[in-house]
Amino acid sequence: MKILVIGLNHKTAAVEIREKLAFNGPKLEDGIFGLREIPEVKEVALLSTCNRVEIYACVADPSSAVENIKKFLSDFHGIQRSDFEKALYFITDSDAVRHVLRVASSLDSMVVGEPQILGQIKDTFDFALAKKTTGVLLNRLMKKAISTAKRVRTETRIAENAVSISFAAVELAKKIFTDLSGKSFMLLGAGEMAELAARHLVGNGVTDVKVVNRTYERGCELANEFNGKPVRFEDFLQELANTDIIICSTGAPTYVLYKAQMQKVLKERKHKPVFIIDISVPRNIDPEINKIDGVYLYDVDDLQGVVDTNMLERKKEAEKAEKIIDEEVEKFLKWMSSLDSVPTIVALRQKAEEVKNEEFEKFKNKFPELDDEKIKAVEYLTAAIINKLIHPPTVALKEDTEDRDELIAMIKKLYRINGDDNEE
Amino acid sequence: MGTILFELALTFYFAATIISIIEIFKGGTESSKPMLFIAGAGFLIHSASIIYRYAAAGHLPVASMHEASSFFAWCIVLIFFFLEYRYKIGLMGSFIMPMVFIMMLSSSVLPREIRPLSPALQSYWLGIHTFLAFLGNASFAIAAGIGVMYLLQEHYLKSKHLGGLFKRLPSIQVLDEINYRLITIGFPLLTLAIITGALWAESAWGSYWRWDPKEVWSLITWFIYALVLHVRLTAGWRGRRAAILSIIGFLTILFTFFGVNLLLKSLHSFS
Repeated sequence: MKILVIGLNHKTAAVEIREKLAFNGPKLEDGIFGLREIPEVKEVALLSTCNRVEIYACVADPSSAVENIKKFLSDFHGIQRSDFEKALYFITDSDAVRHVLRVASSLDSMVVGEPQILGQIKDTFDFALAKKTTGVLLNRLMKKAISTAKRVRTETRIAENAVSISFAAVELAKKIFTDLSGKSFMLLGAGEMAELAARHLVGNGVTDVKVVNRTYERGCELANEFNGKPVRFEDFLQELANTDIIICSTGAPTYVLYKAQMQKVLKERKHKPVFIIDISVPRNIDPEINKIDGVYLYDVDDLQGVVDTNMLERKKEAEKAEKIIDEEVEKFLKWMSSLDSVPTIVALRQKAEEVKNEEFEKFKNKFPELDDEKIKAVEYLTAAIINKLIHPPTVALKEDTEDRDELIAMIKKLYRINGDDNEE
Repeated sequence: MGTILFELALTFYFAATIISIIEIFKGGTESSKPMLFIAGAGFLIHSASIIYRYAAAGHLPVASMHEASSFFAWCIVLIFFFLEYRYKIGLMGSFIMPMVFIMMLSSSVLPREIRPLSPALQSYWLGIHTFLAFLGNASFAIAAGIGVMYLLQEHYLKSKHLGGLFKRLPSIQVLDEINYRLITIGFPLLTLAIITGALWAESAWGSYWRWDPKEVWSLITWFIYALVLHVRLTAGWRGRRAAILSIIGFLTILFTFFGVNLLLKSLHSFS
């Protein structure tokens, strides 16, 4: 029995292919049952997110299983095999284990360290459990993936740093104001990046929102979206004294705010700190303004600098995480190999011998008058009984049947043979 | 016994300082449990040593440089734990514990014998006046530590190099707020200390104010902090300026405390 991962992700497939292969809504249940029907597939779980579609399976014969799964995908989604075949990867054994652990720990994500994937893995597992499509191996693997992801999260700082410009803006704002709730915010101009950053700030509790736009109607529209109030461009200077955070992104060719103006504003607001983010290119805010005490001005390059530092930090943390993954893969493989039949057979025989020897000693002590010949006869008899008794399970274990893993696990449990690392 | 307690407290503070310094390089956004635990144990032992000495001398042990430094350190730790309990400011220990340790170390090298108090000073005013003064000065000491943290964090934000301690230091707003709060606590305490001192001086030496160096320097300190509060409330001098002023204020206190005693002749000098 082998663990197989087959799937595609944002690195191997464009979104057009990913969305065609996605298992959304009711498709998930149909999909997982359909996969279970494939004769080589003994256990299966199905992960489908916007960045990846992956099938985790235990299969008897990986190459024919892969063939059948490809066929299934093509039939199920009604697309040509040639359309998606190139994007598909399939991995087995220890590489497959490592892959699952890395996915759950968000090391394989588009944004390394993003936290959603763990929840999605949990859902995948819960769903497969509920539909009873998994068994000993996959259950163990999924649990391992979740516990490893948790370990990575607590032992590394992989998810701590903001790695997008808008998140970096929020991170900085929190180092200036602590709590953003109740802070007032002005969006000066418009633009995709500015609006995204604005949305993040509002999402973090900024309440008093003012939207300034040269076209008043556009300003009203945006103000509506952010639950703010529109301000005419001519009037924005008056509003600055009551503004803690400014995001500026007007298409103006020159500065719209100069140092002398800002100095006046600061005096008016009694030097309470102001955080200004100037996303415009060319810049709209006089960079000299950053020299004013209490004003923190970041332009788009500064923010990119913050993001780059954080990325670097994340990379370092990712290295630590990979070490954790190595350890956990090792543990899992050890557990899997303990499912191998040979050590189990040896252990079973050993157990039987132990019982025999123990009882035989007791017997000899009880009847000291017996001569050697008789004792030999008794010993022969006991050995024969034991051999007969453990013969059938030994044969069953040696046979390469599809339920052998479960059989091994069962025998170990029944006869209390350890070798399991008793993890759960 | 008193010596053992004092040395033990010193040792614990030393250990807490070492841990707090390690925390600068490695650690989370909150003070580590071991650091707080060891500092806490040090504080309890230190308290016991002060009580022991109080019993032995019959008055609050602030009558020699050794006693005063030790008591000053004790007040700082007291306020440190209060702040830790209220605000949980990450890395505060790394800025305060070394200060406590140095204070204790200087106390430990000074002569320790209990000398009889001159009759003029034997009064309940001794406890009241000095306790108010030290508690006020301890607030200012921590305000200065917080001020240093503020300047550091502000430097990160202004220079846009967000490495180092940036992630673990609190926001500049919180630091500014706590700095301000500490000064609003310290200032009335200092004011009361000066008033009670004047009353005591009247009963002990016959006049309220004698322009003794210590009195003069205390007055200078008082004016500095009055200025800090005044410009904050009227002109909005907060943030960097407030942080710098609070550090200057504390340097004045240190001079008043050590300098006046060691360099200038003063009625407040420990004989």
